[in-house]
Amino acid sequence: MSNKVVQAMYNDDDILMDAVKAVREANHHIEEVYTPFPVHGLDKAMGLKGTRIAITAFMYGCVGLAFAIWMMNYMMIQDWPQDIGGKPSFSFAANSPAFVPIMFELTVFFAAHLMVITFYMRSKLWPFKKAENPDPRTTDDMFVMEVAVDGDENELVSFLEKTGTVEIKVTEKHY
Amino acid sequence: MSSHYEAPIRRPLIIGDKSYHDITVDVAAPVEGKANKLWWTAFTIALLAFLWGLGAIIYTIGTGIGVWGLNKTVGWAWDITNFVWWVGIGHAGTLISAVLLLFRQKWRMGINRSAEAMTIFSVVQAGLFPVIHMGRVWNAHFVLPLPNQFGTLWTNFNSPLLWDVFAISTYLSVSLVFWWTGLLPDFAMLRDRAIKPFQKKIYSLLSFGWTGRAKDWQRFEEVSLVLAGLATPLVLSVHTIVSFDFATSVIPGWHTTIFPPYFVAGAVFSGFAMVNTLLIIMRKVSNLEAYITEQHIELMNIVIMITGSIVGCAYITELFIAWYSGVEYEQYAFLNRATGPYWWAYLLMMSCNVFSPQFMWSKKLRTSITFSFIISIVVNIGMWFERFVIIVTSLHRDYLPSSWTMFSPTFVDIGIYVGTIGFFFVLFLLYARTFPVIAQAEVKSILKSSGEKFKQLRDGNHE
Repeated sequence: MSNKVVQAMYNDDDILMDAVKAVREANHHIEEVYTPFPVHGLDKAMGLKGTRIAITAFMYGCVGLAFAIWMMNYMMIQDWPQDIGGKPSFSFAANSPAFVPIMFELTVFFAAHLMVITFYMRSKLWPFKKAENPDPRTTDDMFVMEVAVDGDENELVSFLEKTGTVEIKVTEKHY
Repeated sequence: MSSHYEAPIRRPLIIGDKSYHDITVDVAAPVEGKANKLWWTAFTIALLAFLWGLGAIIYTIGTGIGVWGLNKTVGWAWDITNFVWWVGIGHAGTLISAVLLLFRQKWRMGINRSAEAMTIFSVVQAGLFPVIHMGRVWNAHFVLPLPNQFGTLWTNFNSPLLWDVFAISTYLSVSLVFWWTGLLPDFAMLRDRAIKPFQKKIYSLLSFGWTGRAKDWQRFEEVSLVLAGLATPLVLSVHTIVSFDFATSVIPGWHTTIFPPYFVAGAVFSGFAMVNTLLIIMRKVSNLEAYITEQHIELMNIVIMITGSIVGCAYITELFIAWYSGVEYEQYAFLNRATGPYWWAYLLMMSCNVFSPQFMWSKKLRTSITFSFIISIVVNIGMWFERFVIIVTSLHRDYLPSSWTMFSPTFVDIGIYVGTIGFFFVLFLLYARTFPVIAQAEVKSILKSSGEKFKQLRDGNHE
C-alpha cells in the first residue's frame, strides 16, 4: 500500500462540504481536512465520531469535588481542629455549609484545567510544537482535504478535480 | 447558501463586502503595521503612571501600611475599594464570552477577545491589592493551605477572605485558559502570515502548533462550550464571594443578604462600561469598525441600562430593608450613608449609577458613539464611588462615637490606584499591538450568515 495522499484545496466551505460528501460516497478514505475556522457539520460529514471530552470534564469535576471535601476535612477537622470565633471545628457535617464555596471553586478548577490539558494532549498542542498544516493558507481562507491514494492515483485526481477544487497536489504522507 | 440562513430582521454583524481573506488582513493589520504616535503617547503616559504606582507599592512595603490614610476606625478604604472595583470590571469578559455563548448570541464574536483580555488584565490589578494590604508581602503564602512546617497553620476554610483567594485564583486561571484556547487558531493565522523570522518564531510558540484539523475543531468547539458552562456559574460565584467579604461580617451597612446579586449586577454593569470605553477607541484606532459595529455598542448599552437599573433597585431595597428591619444601628448606617458627611459620595454614586444609564432608553442616545463613551466613563466613576460608599461610610462611624472619624487618602493611596490604572493600560496597549484583537476564526464562521453582503444577496432572492 502506498503512503501517498492527494491534497485538494478549496476556497469555500460550502464547496468543501459537498466535496467531502461526494468523496465519502465514492468510498475514498479522507485522511484529514484542514480548515481556517470551525465548519459546522463537517465532522459528521467526514464520519468522525463525537468527542468524549465533555465526559472527561465531568469526571475531573468529580475528582475536584472529592479532593475539596477530603482536603477541608483533613485540615480543619482531623489534623488541627480549632475553635475559631466560638465555632469549633469538630464535625464535618456541622461545618460543611462554610465549605461549599471552596468545594464549588475546586470542582470548576479541576474540571476546566484538566479538560483543557486533555484537549491539548489529545490534539497534540503545546509550546514549541511544529505546525503541520500542509499549506499556510489553511489558517487564512483555504480548505484542504487529504484523500488517501488507494488504487489508481490518476483516477482519484481526476475525480477530485470535478469537486470544485482550486489546487491539487499529490504528496507523501507527512508524519 | 441555505445552510447559512439567518432571519432578514437581524442586522448584519459584519459590515461591508468582506471575504474570509479580508477578515484575516483586517485582524492582522494592527499586529503587522507600525505603532503610530498616538499609541506611543498613550503607552508612555500609562507606563509613567505604572512606574509611579510601583514606587508607591515599594514605599508601602518598605515602610508599612501606615503610609496609607487608614486609621483605627477606617481599616479598609481605597485598597479594598480598588480591589472590588477591578474585580467587578473583570466580570464583563467572561460574561460576554461564556454567558453569551450559552445563549448563542453571535454578536459576542466581535468583542469577546478584547473583553476577555480586559478581564484578565483587570483581575491582575485586583489581585495586587489584597497582597499589598497584607503589609508583610513575604508572608503571602500564608493564604495557601500549607502544613505547619512552613510557619503557617492550616488556613481557615470558614473565612470568606480565604474563599476569595480560591475564587479569584480559579477565576483568573480559568479565564486565562479559556482565552488562550480561543487564541490558538488566531495565533496560527498570524504565524502563517509572518514574514520576519522572529515574529514567526514567537507566534509558532504561542499558537502551540495549531493546524486546524477537523478533529481539533470538533474538540475545540466542545471545549469552548464546556468551559462556557463552567465559567458561567464561576463568574457569578466570584463576585458573590467578594460580596461575602462584607455580607458575612456584623457591620451595619455590610451585613445584608442582598449583597451577592447586587454585587454581581454591579460588576456586569461596570465591566460592560469598561468594554465600551476600550472598544470605542480600539475600533477607531485599529480600523475595526466593520466588526465592532454600532449595533455591538448599542447592545452593550442596553446591558448597561438593565444592570444599572438592577443596581438602582438594590440601593432602594437596602434603604427600605434598613427602615423595615427596625434595627436602629442598621437605620443609622443608611441614614448616615445618604445624609452624613459622605453625602456627596452617595449622591455621586446615585447619579452616575442609577440616573445616567436611564438615558439609554433613547435609541438616539444609545446609538451615539460619543455619548456612549461619556456614559461608559461616568458609570465607572460611579461604580468606584459605590464601593467607596459601602466600605468607608459603614466604617467611619463605628459603635463608639468617640472614635468617629473621616478617611482621607495619602499620596501613596492615590499613587497605587493610579499605578494600577497605568499597569492595566500598559497591558492592554501591548495586547492591542501584538494579539489578534478579534476572534477572527469565529467571525469567519458567521460571515455567511451575518455578513452584510451575504445577507443582501440572500434577502434579495426572497423578493
